[in-house]
Amino acid sequence: MPGLEDLYREIILDHHRTPRNRGELPPPAAHAVGHNPLCGDEIDVYVQVANGVIADVKVGGSGCSISQSSASMMSQAIKGKPLPDVLALVRRFKGMMSIPDEDGNPMEPDLTVKLGDLEALQGVVKYPVRIKCATLSWNTLLDALAQS
Amino acid sequence: MTTLDVAAIKRQFPLLQRELNGMPLVYLDSANTSQKPQVVIDSMSTFMERAYSPINRSAYQLAAEATDAYEGARVKVQRFVNARRAHEIIFTKNATEALNLVAYAWGRANLHEGDVVLLTHMEHHANIVPWQMLVQERGIVVRWVPLTADGQLDLATLPQLLEGAKVFGFTAMSNVMGTITPVQQLCSAAHQAGALAVVDACQYVPHNVTDVQAWGADFIAFSSHKMCGPTGIGVLWGREELLQAMPPFLGGGNMIADVRLDGFTCAELPAKFEAGTPPITEAIGLGAAIDFLCELGMANVRRHEIEIAGYALRTLNERFGSDIRLHGPCNVEVRGATFSLEFRGIHPHDLSQVLDQTNVCVRAGHHCAKPLMRELGVNATARASFYLYNDTHDVDMLADALDSASDIFG
Ligand SMILES: Cc1ncc(COP(=O)(O)O)c(C=O)c1O
Repeated sequence: MPGLEDLYREIILDHHRTPRNRGELPPPAAHAVGHNPLCGDEIDVYVQVANGVIADVKVGGSGCSISQSSASMMSQAIKGKPLPDVLALVRRFKGMMSIPDEDGNPMEPDLTVKLGDLEALQGVVKYPVRIKCATLSWNTLLDALAQS
Repeated sequence: MTTLDVAAIKRQFPLLQRELNGMPLVYLDSANTSQKPQVVIDSMSTFMERAYSPINRSAYQLAAEATDAYEGARVKVQRFVNARRAHEIIFTKNATEALNLVAYAWGRANLHEGDVVLLTHMEHHANIVPWQMLVQERGIVVRWVPLTADGQLDLATLPQLLEGAKVFGFTAMSNVMGTITPVQQLCSAAHQAGALAVVDACQYVPHNVTDVQAWGADFIAFSSHKMCGPTGIGVLWGREELLQAMPPFLGGGNMIADVRLDGFTCAELPAKFEAGTPPITEAIGLGAAIDFLCELGMANVRRHEIEIAGYALRTLNERFGSDIRLHGPCNVEVRGATFSLEFRGIHPHDLSQVLDQTNVCVRAGHHCAKPLMRELGVNATARASFYLYNDTHDVDMLADALDSASDIFG
């Protein structure tokens, strides 16, 4: 279908069909739930932080292909990473989604932060209502990290 | 060819002439809000160009004319729903405000701790939350009428559920599944139990002949914007005795007979419930929408939608078989042409995004009916809703677009 290849890239559909790191982590892992009030979707993010590193991460809940694939790729990208790198990645990803910084200014991309597969989600920016889907798991991750 | 000459009707809706990306629009979101015919648009701009002025407040001729036009719109609404008196028609902001008015003004005067309000599992949030606010504030109790497997009200236990109830609030037509409820039967069951019948007629009035007296209802609420009229105005109809007896809702200008330092007295109906400057131009637009609908004939509109609903059920089931699930009844006599569909497990967001590629506009979401979503076991649905300007070709366009969704999501 012309026009949608940018949005539904093969790698996105792949993560949607076979999401990585699905499941739950028992306490003391931190757990946060994110809601997309627009569609009623819910996402669960569990993170286990040890020695300043994301020792493990799991994703639960349900959602559309964009929110599910974004969560799946996020979980892959952050697992085993030190917290400062994770926070830099969150900034970089949100910047790609044209989310402004705390002062409402556009974020300059820090090109030293590599997006890898996540780059496939770039096409979402052209569909503003879907940006919330793509960023849902990332905001939920920040909530979970704030608890741990 | 169906009952209505849809091609001729479509030509009267300027927005439906619009092309996006070189293709016509297939607008299937009228349960959300309907498009507007030229006569409605013109009525409002002509009124603002030639007759606009305040109402009820000034002696000059212009203001008298505007007041007549505004009150004329009320009479049109009265006749449209067959109310006994014009002053039983209260203009509000929308159906939501109308239902809040009932819960707030009637509810706060008449409901006390332990009193029961019966609602149904297929209500829109607008007929749930105002009552839940009274649960928090007053300690009233809400009970629920469950649903059958095919999305109708399960009335097996209605007498028990109604026992001791003071209010039975229910929708006349589900905004999610299109189910039409047996309003007359429900109103009389409510009355037998000593409860008032509060009917959310927001989805019903735009698509059917409405007769509040035949229903035997106590209050009904609906919105102009779903029936070819403008946003910004809705209607509460209430039985005169009830409106007379209950306290006002919002306080301010227009709703008073007198204000002294030690208090106020209310104006007569309908001004008592129309505090502040009302949506004057919007009332004119609503009146024009009612003229437009009456010209087509609401019985014809309903017949047309039965035909469209039947065609949609046949086409979608034949083409997609077990890949598609349509919520709600399959008997077109008890449903409108509003369909929530599940298709091959594709998330509604993704589905509506793909449909949008061919300008097929459907709503993806919870449709302000989260309790019903939980009953259906989903977070959201994709909803295609048809109206008087939709034809069988629009159904085919929907089906073709669903095919492309299969291609992408396999
Ligand atoms: C059944 C039903 N009730 C109430 C409403 C609320 O209408 P409004 O948003 O115009 O107040 C709607 C609109 O979506 C509806 O479909």
